[in-house]
Amino acid sequence: MSEEVRGALEALAPKLGGAGATVSDLQRLSGGASMETWAFAVDGPRGREEMVLRRRTAPMDPSESRSVTLAMEAALISLAGERGAPVAPLVHLAAPEDGLGEAHITRRVAGETLGRKIVSDPRFEAIRPTLAGQCGEILAKIHAAPPPSGLKTVDALQDLARYEEVYRQSGAERPILELAIQHLKKHRPPPIEPVLLHGDFRNGNLMIDPEKGVAAVLDWELSHCGDPAEDLGWICVNSWRFGRADRPVGGFGDYEQLLKGYARAGGREIPLSRVLYWQALGSLKWGVMCLLMYGSYASGTEKSVERPMIGRRVSETEIDLVTLLENGL
Amino acid sequence: MIEHPRAEELVEAVAAWIDSVRPGLNPRDAFLARVAANALSVVRRELLQGPAAEAAATARLAELLDRQGSHAELTSELCARLRAGDMDRDTPGLLAALRANVEEQIAIDQPSYVPEPSRRS
Repeated sequence: MSEEVRGALEALAPKLGGAGATVSDLQRLSGGASMETWAFAVDGPRGREEMVLRRRTAPMDPSESRSVTLAMEAALISLAGERGAPVAPLVHLAAPEDGLGEAHITRRVAGETLGRKIVSDPRFEAIRPTLAGQCGEILAKIHAAPPPSGLKTVDALQDLARYEEVYRQSGAERPILELAIQHLKKHRPPPIEPVLLHGDFRNGNLMIDPEKGVAAVLDWELSHCGDPAEDLGWICVNSWRFGRADRPVGGFGDYEQLLKGYARAGGREIPLSRVLYWQALGSLKWGVMCLLMYGSYASGTEKSVERPMIGRRVSETEIDLVTLLENGL
Repeated sequence: MIEHPRAEELVEAVAAWIDSVRPGLNPRDAFLARVAANALSVVRRELLQGPAAEAAATARLAELLDRQGSHAELTSELCARLRAGDMDRDTPGLLAALRANVEEQIAIDQPSYVPEPSRRS
């Protein structure tokens, strides 16, 4: 696998880094069941450039999947960059003759993505109070971009229906998840004009620089159109506050900073109650995803010890959902 | 039940051994070893706290539903009533019972988890 990727990148090197460019330090960053991420460097006339390759290793059914194609991801990265959102710039979208399959290559932006470090490491102490406001500004810019054609639109009820179906199919009986599904169905916010969403905007998908703050918004795979409060609420889900539950935005900031940043960059006014609705729906979705990942162990599809253990994270979403309901959601 | 050793001592010993070899592993295996040791910690807590937690949860569900039954039967009935809309957030005693049950569950699953802060005055 590694030699196949290395060979393809070496052949592509002149396109990536100019005449005579070479590839070095190829290293696999992560690999799931269907997607691989590799880091590598290109040395050419412009000097050394760090890059990241993302490639799909198993076919995807675009009508079934929540994910967009890598070509769509590439288009979204470029679009967001043009609108002033920080991204890892696109270097190359793979063509069939490149021998990489469905793949794209971006610059590798320096910084930290590990949520726990971002919320607790002293290196981020100075920048931390500005991060929630930056996130609001960035989301306003993304939400103002014209959505590329071919993106799905999903509203709260459709999103709930999808996760309710996964929950039903899991066979699990969890009263708190059932209560949350029914409550969120009954109390959905008034309809709103759909906008372009990142779809997975949370601490963990943000490259944070200790001096500048948000250096790049990563992982555009779940982008779609929908309620702007979906993105605003998702980064507030307690499961990505990494122990700093007292700082609702990503474990680094508060709701007011996020919403002020959003308004500052021209975002429409969003009431906190709408953000809290989507935060609760986010906790529910994460709980159902944990059940789904456990299900892949139970069915024998995945054998890693990670899979059954993630099933024990459902209760974290349940305690948060009960609290949100008690708080008056 | 055999007590020399008790089951929780066995899983404790294995978890301690995994922790002792972790530093020598490659990053991926070191990560999985940490997950494995955590899994054994869950098993240990469930062995120690599980029976009392389930008994308490069953008693709370029985009171809420005003009938007796096993934990699975009562859970199933509560889910059906919530789904049908016979009970909802405002049903007296519902949130209190669910909170007490999930607090005991998370004490087994993930005792270090810091939950969403309560904003009730």
